[in-house]
Amino acid sequence: MEIYTLLREFADSWMLLFLFVVFVTVVLWAFRPGSTKVYQDVANIPFRHVDAPAPQSGVDTPAASKEART
Amino acid sequence: MSNYIKLIVLGLVVLFAMLATNYARDMAYLVHAIIIMVVSAGLFLHTLRQTDEPQVAAGAVANEYFDSVVRAGVIATAFWGVVGFLAGVFIAFQLAFPGLNFEWAEGYANFGRLRPLHTSAVIFAFGGNALIATSFYVVQRTCAARLWGGNTAWFVFWGYQLFIVLAATGYLLGGTQSKEYAEPEWYVDIWLTVVWLAYLAVFLGTLIKRKEPHIYVANWFYLAFIITVAMLHVVNNLSIPVSIWGSKSVQVFSGVQDAMVQWWYGHNAVGFFLTAGFLGMMYYFIPKQAERPVFSYKLSIIHFWALIFLYIWAGPHHLHYTALPDWATTLGMVFSIVLWMPSWGGMINGLMTLSGAWDKLRTDPVIRMMVISLGFYGMSTFEGPMMSIRAVNALSHYTDWTIGHVHSGALGWNGMITFGALYYLVPVLWKRERLYSLSLVSWHFWLATIGIVLYAASMWVTGIMEGLMWREVDANGFLVNSFADTVAAKTPMNIVRGLGGLLFLSGAVVMCYNLWMTVRRAPAKEASLTVAVPAE
Repeated sequence: MEIYTLLREFADSWMLLFLFVVFVTVVLWAFRPGSTKVYQDVANIPFRHVDAPAPQSGVDTPAASKEART
Repeated sequence: MSNYIKLIVLGLVVLFAMLATNYARDMAYLVHAIIIMVVSAGLFLHTLRQTDEPQVAAGAVANEYFDSVVRAGVIATAFWGVVGFLAGVFIAFQLAFPGLNFEWAEGYANFGRLRPLHTSAVIFAFGGNALIATSFYVVQRTCAARLWGGNTAWFVFWGYQLFIVLAATGYLLGGTQSKEYAEPEWYVDIWLTVVWLAYLAVFLGTLIKRKEPHIYVANWFYLAFIITVAMLHVVNNLSIPVSIWGSKSVQVFSGVQDAMVQWWYGHNAVGFFLTAGFLGMMYYFIPKQAERPVFSYKLSIIHFWALIFLYIWAGPHHLHYTALPDWATTLGMVFSIVLWMPSWGGMINGLMTLSGAWDKLRTDPVIRMMVISLGFYGMSTFEGPMMSIRAVNALSHYTDWTIGHVHSGALGWNGMITFGALYYLVPVLWKRERLYSLSLVSWHFWLATIGIVLYAASMWVTGIMEGLMWREVDANGFLVNSFADTVAAKTPMNIVRGLGGLLFLSGAVVMCYNLWMTVRRAPAKEASLTVAVPAE
């Protein structure tokens, strides 16, 4: 079989199916149970750490993030 | 030690550039060899002066953001913006008044040479600098980490400016490979690839060392933009130089394959450079300016993946009624139409971020600018799919309608969101309490908006007129109009378009004045000044 025909055949079938399934999974993943709470939190990322990076020494506790959130 | 390696490399580059100056086969290559020689000799001296000098401890700045490169990026964005708009206004008037293609500048400053200068200046110099600067700003804030790679960010900034200068001088001197939005010749392409990979490294490095567990959605868009542009750039510019001492190169692809690769590149330059990258900007700066989180984070995730999955297939709609097989153009057309969904989903997500704060539209001209950019985004992403339909394309293709569409997207969406981001960034980066003048922002807003409306409206009229005149046949099936007839009929619209551009340009000049005065005159932020602005 010609390589073009082979690739066409593959792109039209399995690859199409694969990409479509990946996309649908991503959409479903966004609506997984508990996602609302997570996304509410991460949507606020732009409002933290405005002036300086998080402290270096590994102790990036949620408390520290909350403090910077004001 | 690293300075010794730098010195060796720079010395070799200078030597090579000298040889290139000697053997240069054409003008563009010669000028570029001289530019590279001067730049690398200057860098050689600069590095030499620093070698074996006591080093400043690098750890001291680790707890600060790397903002000096963002400040430089903001300045470069404003500067190249004005340059690009000015070039655009000039070539618009060249079309209306051909006498502006001066006899003495023939071969350098006529429309054909200046047109790629204009498109590259606005897309790559203005838009590119805006994207690099804002992505460096946003990725640091949303990762709570300083930029990775130390001075690599400076290399990206200056390397990109060198790319712009090489590209622009190349166009004027005829060093072009005639690929739309990818005109620079082979060695400029190689240089851009190096700079772009460094950009990717800085961005990814910062993401990897992030302190926020989640990668904020704006970074997804920026990352998609950086990776996809790298891929598009490399594939579209596969070419073999005729000689290492000359700018001319030959494309690896030919015929319809080359056309398809060109528009796969061209449309995804729109999709990933002008859309995904600027959506990254939108997802950070609109929430910041509106002081509320994005309307729906779930929608933003679906927006991202839908846009990524769809845009890459839309390119063939540029090649209706060509040698490209029908199935391919149909595929491009269908995907373009499906793109309506994520585009409008993203627009709605941005607009609804303002829900509950609509009063800001009245009081804050910066948010007004961002909102109208979303309006133009919605408008041009409606118009685009419509124009990709084969039957509509039969009328619109090769006419000024296309140019009007591009400008409502580029001036309206990319321009306005960038202006909004600049108005947000300058007071923050220079530690000022506020902008110098909000009424000047309003002036800018109205100048730019009326300018775009004049531009787009005149291009609709002239585009549809051209399309209709070109297809008009008489009773015997002969074409009624010659090409020159349409050119003559377009003159009034060409003048209106030039005036629209002039308004847009004056708006940008007002912005530059306002930003300049913000840095000079606006009151400094008292609290932040206790921490001195890092000199870096």
